[in-house]
Amino acid sequence: MSFHPKMAYDATFHKSARQLEDEGPPFVYTAENRARFDQIVTRYPPDRRRSAVLPALYLAQYQQGYITANAIRHVAELLGITRADVEDVVSYYTMFYTKPVGTFVINVCRTLSCAVNGAERVTEELCAKLNVTAGQTDASGTFTLMEVECLGACDRAPVIMVNDSWHEHQSPEKVGKLLDDLKARGEAALTGCVHVVEKAGS
Amino acid sequence: MDPVLIPHVREPNSFTLDFYLKHGGYGALKTALRKKPDEIVEMVKASGLRGRGGAGFPTGMKWQFVDKKVEPRYIVCNADESEPGTFKDHLLMERNPHLLIEGCAIGCYAIGAKVAYIYIRGEFFHVQSYLQRAIDEAYAKGYLGKNIFGSGFECDVYVHRGAGAYEAGEETALLESLEGKRAQPRNKPPFPAVAGLYNKPSAVNNVETLCNVPIIVSKGVEWYTSVGPEKNGGPKLYCVSGHVKNPGVFEASMNVTLRELVEGYAGGARDGRKIKAVIPGGSSVPILLPEQLDTQASFDGIARAGSMLGSAAIIVLDDTTCMVWLAENLLHFYRHESCGKCTPCREGTDWLHKILRRIERGEGQMRDLDLLSSISNNIAGKTLCAFGDAAVTPVQTTLKHFRHEYEAHIREGRCTLPADWRARQPVGAH
Repeated sequence: MSFHPKMAYDATFHKSARQLEDEGPPFVYTAENRARFDQIVTRYPPDRRRSAVLPALYLAQYQQGYITANAIRHVAELLGITRADVEDVVSYYTMFYTKPVGTFVINVCRTLSCAVNGAERVTEELCAKLNVTAGQTDASGTFTLMEVECLGACDRAPVIMVNDSWHEHQSPEKVGKLLDDLKARGEAALTGCVHVVEKAGS
Repeated sequence: MDPVLIPHVREPNSFTLDFYLKHGGYGALKTALRKKPDEIVEMVKASGLRGRGGAGFPTGMKWQFVDKKVEPRYIVCNADESEPGTFKDHLLMERNPHLLIEGCAIGCYAIGAKVAYIYIRGEFFHVQSYLQRAIDEAYAKGYLGKNIFGSGFECDVYVHRGAGAYEAGEETALLESLEGKRAQPRNKPPFPAVAGLYNKPSAVNNVETLCNVPIIVSKGVEWYTSVGPEKNGGPKLYCVSGHVKNPGVFEASMNVTLRELVEGYAGGARDGRKIKAVIPGGSSVPILLPEQLDTQASFDGIARAGSMLGSAAIIVLDDTTCMVWLAENLLHFYRHESCGKCTPCREGTDWLHKILRRIERGEGQMRDLDLLSSISNNIAGKTLCAFGDAAVTPVQTTLKHFRHEYEAHIREGRCTLPADWRARQPVGAH
């Protein structure tokens, strides 16, 4: 809602609109993730387990793809804080998904340095190829397209981030090829950051 | 000057411990542990090292303010590099992570902390994995952990991954985030040096700042102050991006001018275009015009020219850039990233963006320009952190220097730049 008489807020803008839709399937950490969690909480003072909420939520998101109310409950119980405390955090940070996303989440940077180097053409190409608009998942459930704010690699603009892997110096032609590669070879097609000279074989 | 922060970053395996040791790595930590902690603080103070994160506050003073009577104390490294145009810490952590680890360890020794947390932004996942690998190597060789170099000093370094919030780069918001809450700023005072992480005395330092500490210890205060102009000593990393031929991170002393950085290091504008404006310190600082390019790129030099060095993120814009579009693009960023704690910023950034968008589309009215100024004045200085001032800067500075472009948009009902010059709006922006 708006307190300004003439200005309606975009439905998509307010972070409070990112509500959890359902409880989701029952959630507990796998044994492996539970072990990781137990190791992570040792980094913080014993009476400050709450600090581990971000890593704990990442574990949940990697396990299940997105964060559900049940995952929030599990994390809250393990950390000894309330569910509201955890949901407060989930709804604030942009990297936690509260709805199912595709196998590959494509984040295109849209901020100044990328924008002046043609980021919007990259987004246009991706939209056309996937038949979606930014913020949507394609029909096959494989790709989710997002526009994000500055990723911090402005010298290699435009930058896109696919899941956790970076792809720099993008162009409409390159992203088309990347999509085909991802469809054909899956995660193996993610090459990562260009700074990593060892992988480039030089 | 020869680079000292990023001398070997283009060489394969420069991130490994073996490589770092071959180039004198961890020598500074060894030297530091033979001195008294207060001596290190004095050294850093004498070196005049100023925080590289944006504010340029003297690091030695910050460390001296840390309350030595309360235990435990913490070093918190701010690696939430998210100011648009900044990518120096990214390169440092990815290609020279041991320098940061050594800096954290010396910092801990100086202020009497046992734990350093490196708060890294969530998007830097691969950087985090490099950093973690370096930390594991350092533990294995005894450069971290208990009884380092047999001195009895113990130090743990942990990486904490953020989850996508620009506001977490503000020091108190970063501490809130590290405590497992929303990244929203605290009221100051008390400053982190008195009540920081977990309400204990803490020093929050930028990655590049901590990377300078081992260099001060190993090369000495005299060398350090001899690099660059007075009160702006030491090597500095500059990030140049935008419409330049050769964008990247460049290391120089602060004697360098903006012209040398833009036209020398970065190769100048592309395709023989003319430079229209330069943002010298990330999106939150006032624009400088091409005739101001001979400004010395130091904290004080750029301040004298009416802007700020900030995080030394130089964004170059050529004559194809529409300044109304630029303000709209940046306000989209600030609107999205406002943490929502203070009303002027939360509501105001949204209003500013809406007005800019309608001017950019050619639907604006002349009175909108006064409205933009009025809203800006009602945000700046009326928020808990500097975000409010940062968010209105793109609007105020473009209105000041390029008011005619706004007026042309309103008069003509469209952008007056040739259509094929214009960067199109990102598709999902509307």
